[in-house]
Amino acid sequence: MAAGVAAWLPFARAAAIGWMPVANCPMPLAPTEKNKRQDELIILNVSGRRFQTWRTTLERYPDTLLGSTEKEFFFNEDTKEYFFDRDPEVFRCILNFYRTGKLHYPRYECISAYDEELAFYGILPEIIGDCCYEEYKDRKRENAERLMDDNDSENNQEGSMPSLSFRQTMWRAFENPHTSTLALVFYYVTGFFIAVSVITNVVETVPCGTVPGNKELPCGERYAVAFFCLDTACVMIFTVEYLLRLFAAPSRYRFIRSVMSIIDVVAIMPYYIGLVMTNNEDVSGAFVTLRVFRVFRIFKFSRHSQGLRILGYTLKSCASELGFLLFSLTMAIIIFATVMFYAEKGSSASKFTSIPASFWYTIVTMTTLGYGDMVPKTIAGKIFGSICSLSGVLVIALPVPVIVSNFSRIYHQNQRADKRRAQKKARLARIRVAKTGSSNAYLHSKRNGLLNEALELTGSTEEEQHMTKGTSLIESQHHHLLHCLEKTTGLSYLVDDPLLSVRTSTIKNHEFIDEQLFEQNCMESSMQNYPSSRSPSLSSHHGLSTSCCSRRNKKTTHLPNSSVPATRLRSMQELSTIHIQCSEQPSLTTSRSSLNMKSDDGLRPNCKAAQITTAIISIPTPPALTPEGESRPTPGSPTNIPTTTTANIVKVSAL
Amino acid sequence: LVFYFFFQECPSGVVNEETFKEIYSQFFPQGDSTTYAHFLFNAFDTDHNGSVSFEDFVMGLSILLRGTVQEKLNWAFNLYDINKDGYITKEEMLDIMKAIYDMMGKCTYPVLKEDAPRQHVETFFQKMDKNKDGVVTIDEFIESCQKDENIMRSMQLFENVI
Repeated sequence: MAAGVAAWLPFARAAAIGWMPVANCPMPLAPTEKNKRQDELIILNVSGRRFQTWRTTLERYPDTLLGSTEKEFFFNEDTKEYFFDRDPEVFRCILNFYRTGKLHYPRYECISAYDEELAFYGILPEIIGDCCYEEYKDRKRENAERLMDDNDSENNQEGSMPSLSFRQTMWRAFENPHTSTLALVFYYVTGFFIAVSVITNVVETVPCGTVPGNKELPCGERYAVAFFCLDTACVMIFTVEYLLRLFAAPSRYRFIRSVMSIIDVVAIMPYYIGLVMTNNEDVSGAFVTLRVFRVFRIFKFSRHSQGLRILGYTLKSCASELGFLLFSLTMAIIIFATVMFYAEKGSSASKFTSIPASFWYTIVTMTTLGYGDMVPKTIAGKIFGSICSLSGVLVIALPVPVIVSNFSRIYHQNQRADKRRAQKKARLARIRVAKTGSSNAYLHSKRNGLLNEALELTGSTEEEQHMTKGTSLIESQHHHLLHCLEKTTGLSYLVDDPLLSVRTSTIKNHEFIDEQLFEQNCMESSMQNYPSSRSPSLSSHHGLSTSCCSRRNKKTTHLPNSSVPATRLRSMQELSTIHIQCSEQPSLTTSRSSLNMKSDDGLRPNCKAAQITTAIISIPTPPALTPEGESRPTPGSPTNIPTTTTANIVKVSAL
Repeated sequence: LVFYFFFQECPSGVVNEETFKEIYSQFFPQGDSTTYAHFLFNAFDTDHNGSVSFEDFVMGLSILLRGTVQEKLNWAFNLYDINKDGYITKEEMLDIMKAIYDMMGKCTYPVLKEDAPRQHVETFFQKMDKNKDGVVTIDEFIESCQKDENIMRSMQLFENVI
């Protein structure tokens, strides 16, 4: 529990007085501070640097090394201090965790060293506070990636997911060529054909040789058949590839809309359109234009290059900056073109025939190209021309760094998007864990209590020590509060009991001292209740009562004589309880053997009874039973047995 | 100590209902403690201005921790009496009871029946309502509580909380 919340615990406990008049059962006793020693200073010697803190500070987190008794292993008798041969720098952070409840991650520390220290002290990294958690996770991921890259060369592509469908394997092969050799082959083949196709397009237009008739023919027309075959082959490959991708795509609709597939389509369409329209002379002009689109095949290379993709994405995301650049350039061009036109208007044979004609000069000058096909001749024109070229340099140089920084930002952003998603998931998981943590702690301690008593009976002391983990005072107070609430309402929290392997209720009073006194009181109060409720309990079925005390009364000797329809489930549970208990801890029943024998004699015809009575008896606190069981005088006659058993039941079920 | 943590948690010097609800939801994570926190807040907020000042808080706590049994019973009566008219009706008690049962949550054994709060209220009224007029006055309440040993004993329970 957080330290801040724990400060409110006294208030909540005080307010619990509000439940008292309403409760039907007496309350469990409050945990006292008997076990707590006078708070003492502990000296922790970490590699020579001494840290001092209060013992209670360390005991705030009993499931860590420093908070539990495990640290006794490091206790040095001579110097009366705990010596740890670890890094003192990191220990500073860890000790601060105990003090403030927040674990911080120092940036200068190496992530793996820090992790090791945390593991040594038994602290989960998830507890790192929000302030440092992102940094921690980032560093951890970087480290993991680096390790992964190192390991990649050793073991990759070893069948990791054999269970993918054929379609999924194909898609994976397309997206990531390194997954299998077949994918790699496919990757290179398509790359080769893209290159071939592009080169074909280029070479087609190169003039190669003359033909009788002194006209230079481009190679495309000279070797028309050869080029046509090459083109056909490439287009076929591309078509097959496109269709395969379409088939393997997990979401066909999304695939069709993606940029790469559009490029693919645009690259191969001209060929088919050309096939269709060869005979039609009217549109052959348009057909020629279409061939231009064949150059788009070169964009298919972007699948093969991550950098190209990022560049394209950068340009897309820098659209606003580019737009601004364009706009400002346009403004400048118009201004300077106008100025130049009017400046050169006077001179004769000037090339600056109109303002749009001056645009060409302005652009060429601003981008410092300077073709020289248009030059100003008047002095005013030259002056403005030089101003134009100087300003051009400035205007163009400004947005370029913006684009560059955008590029690097996007590049890193690409890597961070995945990081963020994973962090979000982990954060939600942490919150869930923290929420269930406190309630789990309560159930955990209850279970411990259950096991404690079970083990106490069997007398196995070493396991007992194992079980009694020191719960802090705050925890025990919190649990006492929850216990009071249970008593007020007569319900109890369900706990999954591994030892008994059945869900049992936990109306028990453990961990607290003076149980006997308490049970005496409880017993007395229930004995008072008993005469009044006797008849209904004997004749009633298993029913629910809001009073925890009288609850067990209802499950009495009525059970053996009836066919127990309604109670079957409950009694079965208890039967299984007792069975398991019997098998695992035979000595558990020895303390009740006296009772067993009594009930056996009386209810011989129905041997279930014995088990049922013991079942009922076994659930509440055993330790109280032992003195009472023995002290009870054994009635000899069978007729008394029912009374005895019911009386026993009453007595025991007081809890 | 109380002063210190009060001001740490509530730097403005007043506690509002939200804080109560938060605190209770941390201590009773399995159930829904907002209703009970609301009633509790009203019990602490003696001047009914929607926020609990440090004075109110300390006053309430001192009654609960160091007051006589009479004062504690008074305080409990004040808590149950939702409209503060001096009488606890069955409806008020039912609201309080439901709020307490809500705090337990769903995972209980035995499973909470629908009329369990109502039955509990009936038991309570049987015990407390001496003249059977359907309401419990402060005197009936104190008298009946003083007769009940359990209640008396449990009042002493949280003496040494702070």
